Amino acid sequence: MDWMKIFSALLIVLMLVYLLPRAKDMIKNSPKASNNDWLAVLIPLILVIGFVFLLIKSV
Amino acid sequence: MNRPVELAQTQTSVLETNKVLKNTYALLSVTLLFSALTAFISMQMELPGYMPLVATFGAIGLIWFVLPRTANSAAGIGVVFGITGLLGLGLGPMLNNYLQMSNGSQLIMTSLGGTGVIFLALSGYALTSRRDFSFMGGMLIVGMVLVLITALANIFMAIPALSLALSAAIILIMSGFILYDTSRIINGGERNYIMATVGLYLSLYNIFVNLLMLLGVLSDD
Repeated sequence: MDWMKIFSALLIVLMLVYLLPRAKDMIKNSPKASNNDWLAVLIPLILVIGFVFLLIKSV
Repeated sequence: MNRPVELAQTQTSVLETNKVLKNTYALLSVTLLFSALTAFISMQMELPGYMPLVATFGAIGLIWFVLPRTANSAAGIGVVFGITGLLGLGLGPMLNNYLQMSNGSQLIMTSLGGTGVIFLALSGYALTSRRDFSFMGGMLIVGMVLVLITALANIFMAIPALSLALSAAIILIMSGFILYDTSRIINGGERNYIMATVGLYLSLYNIFVNLLMLLGVLSDD
């Protein structure tokens, strides 16, 4: 295994160590969403998926 | 009785939000140009393939340890340039690799344009709808943690299809972060334009890199 892989893995582990406590905090403190809120997020994200698919088809 | 006071407070809050938004987009534009410049320099210098890793380590060090201490001062602007300059420098070797492909320049331009369209559309949507997307925070960070764990496993497993799935997932998560970050600025959750700029920049950077990877692998050539 080359050292690039080791350092990449180290970078990801460091990110996880940094993110995990913040993730717990954010999950605890995130406000609850209604169905309408989720719909308002899902529609633009589905459009993003469609757009990326179009880009892939175009190249 | 308190109506004029409340009205004045609301107006002040709207003015402050607009100021944060204006400063964020101004700083984001300049840092994107700066990033493009450092990427160009890195391409011309033909920096080695380990440069993206070194630059990412440097940028993350600045984001975690220096930015929180300087975000409320003018020095924070210099730190943002440091972060974006390093990440741009790291892009150089990757862009040089793509340019060796027969349709490399087309892939880079398509990815750049695609990133711009996604950013403008999502920011425009968050700005015009003025919805509060703060509820997405938990979901986005859990998604990010899952992506990191999968990416860690894939360093050792090296499954190409999993890399593609990861790129697609990162594009979606970063799109979600654009909505989340923009809504935080609009709704007063983020009052610091330096932190807001770094958040939006990282979303743009990740969308560009992963879109380029998807297009590179899935293109016909």
